[in-house]
Amino acid sequence: MNTEILGVVLQWVLLVGLSYPLGRYIAKVYKGERTWLDFMAPIERWVYKRCGINPEQEMDWKQFLKALLMVNLFWFVWGMVLLVCQGWLPLNPDGNAGQTPDQAFNTCISFMVNCNLQHYSGESGLTYFTQLFVIMLFQFVTAACGMAAFAGVLKAMAGKTTKTIGNFWVFMTRSVTRILMPLSLVVGILLIVNGTPMSFDGKQTLTTMEGATQEISQGPTAAIVPIKQLGTNGGGYFGVNSSHPLENPNAFTNILECWSILILPMAMVFALGFYLKRRKLAAWIYGVMLVAYTTGIVISVAQEMGGSRQIDQMGIAQDMGSMEGKEVRIGSAASAMWGMTTTVTSNGSVNSMHDSQTPVSGMLQMLNMQINCWFGGVGVGFMNYYAFLIIAVFISGLMVGRTPEFLGKKVEAREMKIATLVVLLHPFVILVGTALASGLAAARPELAAAWLNNPSFHGFGEMLYEYTSSAANNGSGFEGLSDNTPFWNISTGIVLILSRYFPIVGQVAIAGLLASKKYVPESAGTLKIDTATFSMMTFAVIIIVAALAFFPALTLGPIADYLTF
Amino acid sequence: MCLLLGVGYVLVLRLAAAVAGPNGGQAEVAVLDGRVVGAANVGQVFTDPRYFWGRPSAVDCNGAGSGGSNKATTNPEYLAEVEQRVEAFLEAHPYLLRGEVPSEMVTASGSGLDPDISPRGARVQVRRVAEARGLDPAVVQHLVDSLAVRPWLGMFGTEKVNVLKLNVALEALQPAATR
Repeated sequence: MNTEILGVVLQWVLLVGLSYPLGRYIAKVYKGERTWLDFMAPIERWVYKRCGINPEQEMDWKQFLKALLMVNLFWFVWGMVLLVCQGWLPLNPDGNAGQTPDQAFNTCISFMVNCNLQHYSGESGLTYFTQLFVIMLFQFVTAACGMAAFAGVLKAMAGKTTKTIGNFWVFMTRSVTRILMPLSLVVGILLIVNGTPMSFDGKQTLTTMEGATQEISQGPTAAIVPIKQLGTNGGGYFGVNSSHPLENPNAFTNILECWSILILPMAMVFALGFYLKRRKLAAWIYGVMLVAYTTGIVISVAQEMGGSRQIDQMGIAQDMGSMEGKEVRIGSAASAMWGMTTTVTSNGSVNSMHDSQTPVSGMLQMLNMQINCWFGGVGVGFMNYYAFLIIAVFISGLMVGRTPEFLGKKVEAREMKIATLVVLLHPFVILVGTALASGLAAARPELAAAWLNNPSFHGFGEMLYEYTSSAANNGSGFEGLSDNTPFWNISTGIVLILSRYFPIVGQVAIAGLLASKKYVPESAGTLKIDTATFSMMTFAVIIIVAALAFFPALTLGPIADYLTF
Repeated sequence: MCLLLGVGYVLVLRLAAAVAGPNGGQAEVAVLDGRVVGAANVGQVFTDPRYFWGRPSAVDCNGAGSGGSNKATTNPEYLAEVEQRVEAFLEAHPYLLRGEVPSEMVTASGSGLDPDISPRGARVQVRRVAEARGLDPAVVQHLVDSLAVRPWLGMFGTEKVNVLKLNVALEALQPAATR
């Protein structure tokens, strides 16, 4: 069998196989049970003490959200200041300048909301200091925030009737010390052994074999790559992210990095099952997500390995598949696999240029982000699915004439309103943003010429992708778009804020509201949610609500692109 | 928290790099006759017929500003560019048929720094390189075969040849005086 396909299969097996034990471990961490990483406890106590946190304190959902938003605000200010002033700060051997305020605003927001949209190139737009103390710290903090919110929702779902949903600070600290940091260390060391740089020296200047001068950017890359993947952040150290040969040196590191993208979101679903002692429910949720994810992979891999139809018409040999924007050591199959993996989560790192992939792959990538709940970002991914679950419960409850109940709690008007708003916000910001940008581009052709790298349908796709990626907090891009302009920096910045904080607040609120309700024991009249029928129902709700809303836009973009000759 | 991550975590990795990294934490380099001639994992420009050539780069192999072309496969301008590359490649290798030109040799890589080509991409260049150097094509082909890297564990991923390492080995084949 083709070794490229075997690589993809191995990747898939490693993901599915290891997510189960890791899920069990995560459930233990959030329950506070004993694990083999208990030696981290003194460090955690030290953190609590220094920050004046009382780990015993229980929060209700409003206090919980307040803590979450406070932490975000603090880091936002910190990041803005450092980015604008980076030119004067230490650890800047390459003498890079500070960012402009609108760019710093976009960078800061985008890393804050776990999106990592990058309107700059890592080699020249940041210094080692800001790489570590803004980018890397944010990548830890935001991932931990998402995981803490997830842990809060878990606790709310597990409780019979409760006002409190746990302590945000404790969940957040544990996410870092017990999950993110240990895993990052392991991945980082493996990357270093394979040749990813980790130093504080400036660029290497070399003379090539033909006598030209070549500068090689390097730096503390191996510290950032693991957390960028594990925290579903995706902001690359270098401008071209993991397609850079120093960021991703060979086939093994490619598998390792791609594994790191999805392993935590996958494990989170199992963690839910272990935490709630509802493993069957978790298995069904996992199943629905896995089927959707795998379907995407199969189609995209086939498309990329099959090569570009237009190149084929030139009569040259396309044995390696469509290779524009891809790397030989990675190959077209693993590039397609990565494209799907990075868009089902909110990761957004890339190992090939998505702009240059075939139209069908581009469409699937957008669709994954538009649906935004096949696994999703660490923590928040499941919570998007949770909003759909609530809606599915409500609709099916009405269809069969039973009171809509979710895990023993009645779903009523207030929760439904929030869930509907959360679900509809996503298409709203994407489509309005794209409409605004295309309206401007149509009215003023010189703008279109400055923004877009490709004409016609694909150019529209570049704009649609940018807003989709912002709203899904993904951060990958059709990078042909010249997006470092005040218009794009600010408009995507606003989309980023709206679509990170509204859903997270809404979902925690639903969980909090449900938790405080009276527990109704399951009876024969209860709608069973851990069955194939209900899973298909949820799947249908997701497709109808999320996917169909985007179909007209997709038709104008990648579908039309595919049909052109 | 800031201290723990910003200092503790980073230091552990920096130490690991100093101990276990291939070049003490810096980008790995390739050496010829005691002189550093490039970063082993970063592609560089080769245009001389005496060398094997790498893939086209949208940024001229600028190691301080990586980038792809980001051209859509349906963009007519882009397709014209590829067509030009195909013709230039055929001109440099007049013994090739059009159907033998591997697509990766005429399409730009994602990073603009792709250090590798496929074994097939090297094979089609063997005759040109051998003629330019006055070497037996069989010797050059043997060199390519010996430097081709099998997929990981022989099973997973692609087969590749590092262009810089191949050219370094090629130079080393002939004594410095006769080059």
